[in-house]
Amino acid sequence: MDYLTLLSVLDGTLRTAAPLVLAALAGLFAERSGVVDIGLEGKMLAGAFAAAAVASVTGSPWLGLAAGIAAGFALSMVHAYASVTHHGNQVVSGMAINILVSGLTPTLAFAWFQQGGQTPLLQQGERFDPITLPFASAIGDAVPILGPLYREVISGHNILVYAAALAVPLTGWIVFRSRLGLRLRAVGENPSAVDTAGISVAKLRYQALTICGALTGAAGAYLSTAQGAGFVRDMTAGMGYLALAALIFGKWRPGPTLAACLLFAFADAVQIRLQGVDIPGIGIIPVQFIQMLPYVLTVFLLAGFVGRAVPPRAIGIPYVKER
Amino acid sequence: MTSGTTAAGKVKGFGQPGEVPGWVNYALLPLLNLVAALLVSSLVILVIGENPIAAMQVLLYGSFGYPEAIGFTLYYATNFIFTGLAVAVAFHCGLFNIGGEGQAYIGGLAIGLVALYLGWLPWPVVALLGIVAGAAGGAAWAFIPAYLQASRGSHIVITTIMFNFIAASIMTWLLVDVLIAPGQQSPESRQFAETAWLPFMHQALGWVGLRIPASPLNLSFVWALVCCVLFWVFVWHTRWGYEIRTVGQNERAAVYAGISPAGNIVLAMALSGALAAFVGLNEVLGVHHRLILGFTGGVGFVGIAVALMGRNHPIGIVLAALLFGALYQGGSELAFDFPSINREMVVVIQGLVILFAGALENLFRPRIEALFRRTASQPAPAA
Repeated sequence: MDYLTLLSVLDGTLRTAAPLVLAALAGLFAERSGVVDIGLEGKMLAGAFAAAAVASVTGSPWLGLAAGIAAGFALSMVHAYASVTHHGNQVVSGMAINILVSGLTPTLAFAWFQQGGQTPLLQQGERFDPITLPFASAIGDAVPILGPLYREVISGHNILVYAAALAVPLTGWIVFRSRLGLRLRAVGENPSAVDTAGISVAKLRYQALTICGALTGAAGAYLSTAQGAGFVRDMTAGMGYLALAALIFGKWRPGPTLAACLLFAFADAVQIRLQGVDIPGIGIIPVQFIQMLPYVLTVFLLAGFVGRAVPPRAIGIPYVKER
Repeated sequence: MTSGTTAAGKVKGFGQPGEVPGWVNYALLPLLNLVAALLVSSLVILVIGENPIAAMQVLLYGSFGYPEAIGFTLYYATNFIFTGLAVAVAFHCGLFNIGGEGQAYIGGLAIGLVALYLGWLPWPVVALLGIVAGAAGGAAWAFIPAYLQASRGSHIVITTIMFNFIAASIMTWLLVDVLIAPGQQSPESRQFAETAWLPFMHQALGWVGLRIPASPLNLSFVWALVCCVLFWVFVWHTRWGYEIRTVGQNERAAVYAGISPAGNIVLAMALSGALAAFVGLNEVLGVHHRLILGFTGGVGFVGIAVALMGRNHPIGIVLAALLFGALYQGGSELAFDFPSINREMVVVIQGLVILFAGALENLFRPRIEALFRRTASQPAPAA
């Protein structure tokens, strides 16, 4: 594999990693506050549909993004209502959202756009276009090694990729340096202590799920209006679960979670490269086996072959004030 | 789901038994949840721009309105009984098995292989071998996530979902590259020998002189009912069932009682996988008579809704499975009659049922319980 091929694989890695990072950070906020969020998948899918539908109707990807975020937020509130207000089972609530959305999105798309459960193909200007960073071609030609890296990998992504990159240190700052973050972590570890201190557990968890919903909505909008050009049914294809696995593998910390997302995305970029390639000594691996690489990787990582993950202590347990 | 089935549910388990009459817990609450789900679904239909009442009428007529429809409804219900029991046995152990889809797929593959290579045997033998092979296949597919959960603490919800994707990939490869019938374009295996087919219900009843209209309903429905009885005996009347329920209710208490949580997690999941696998008996051996792509079609997920509505009890599961069978059969009629409604509408209802019957189970329950406490305590002072 020569240098340019490697660069193109890395470029593909960043492209795939962006929605995973956004979704995993969304999960980080929810789970740090003590709420399991299996529903990342469904919220992403809803965000993808809302963004594509609105972008297609209004012609603005920004309005699409806003709609995607609104959809993610709305479903997050359903999750909060069930699991925080009514102390429901968080895993069941998340799964209900996933199944509901997997049915609702094609139903609405079918009724509104009459294209068999898809949204119309987004045209130029209705999507987030790639941004060429300053001097990309000049530096790319002038500086060896790093120049092409800058031109091919760092430059030329749409704005949401850069936003995702920025979201990682921002999340780190919020969770570990801000007052809200301190409270969020506390409510995920020991909610009764937070309650004793006179801070509302429910309000904090609602706040965490608000951020979570917005981020998943943005992740979905990325899929349909930046990476793709329209909504296709079940277009998340398990990405929400991968993000959750990356979060667990990253031990609920932004930096390692980013690394895990990049690993998944790299596996995906490599799998696209490997399709139909004759590998010496092995031959052509059937495409289905290559495609399941990220899923197998997830199981391996979750099997704890790299150390046991310790979740926030109060995760998954609804908080009920003692009477 | 009862309060003890998950760690999360424990917080409200205080003094729960005996609060309300059984029929409230097993009939009134599921009914309320269903009504809530149908009301929200009606809103969705309104948003689409159709008349929800007319849609519900079509749904009802399409599922029970004429004899063939009933056969179709029961045929769909057969699948949902299997996956509902599968989800329920895992629930009893405090586990959430959302891998029914993959387990049914791999189990169906095993059943299909039996029929492909031993298809010259008479059908009762093929069916029996299929049951054994399918159960083994489904159990094996559930075993790995169960083992990883029990020994390494890997989140079973995520691993079972991953195993769904992996099963789908493997099946696609097998049908595209390996099992595809020679000289054929679509990825399907060859048809099984006709002698190996599981008889349709209209054939079987024909032998005893009863005539019913032809439908895909086949003898696997009978096996589904047998499984319900076996499930009831196993969960409530054997030592193993007792141990599984103990682990599900309180893992620490189980440890002190000398019950191994790890062993019971694996056992419950293996049984769950085996039950899910029988979907293959209905679809592969009973209806399609060949291995095809995606014969499971989301039944593993319907099982979650069925188990939640059926309160993890066989009788409840049969009733909930009938309901979802009706929804699926009526749903195809609905999609046919209303140009702007497609079959995914049923998935919407299914998601809402899981939301209301599962996640929002505390929405109605405390109020209903309070109501019954009040009415129950009123006659007391008078007496």
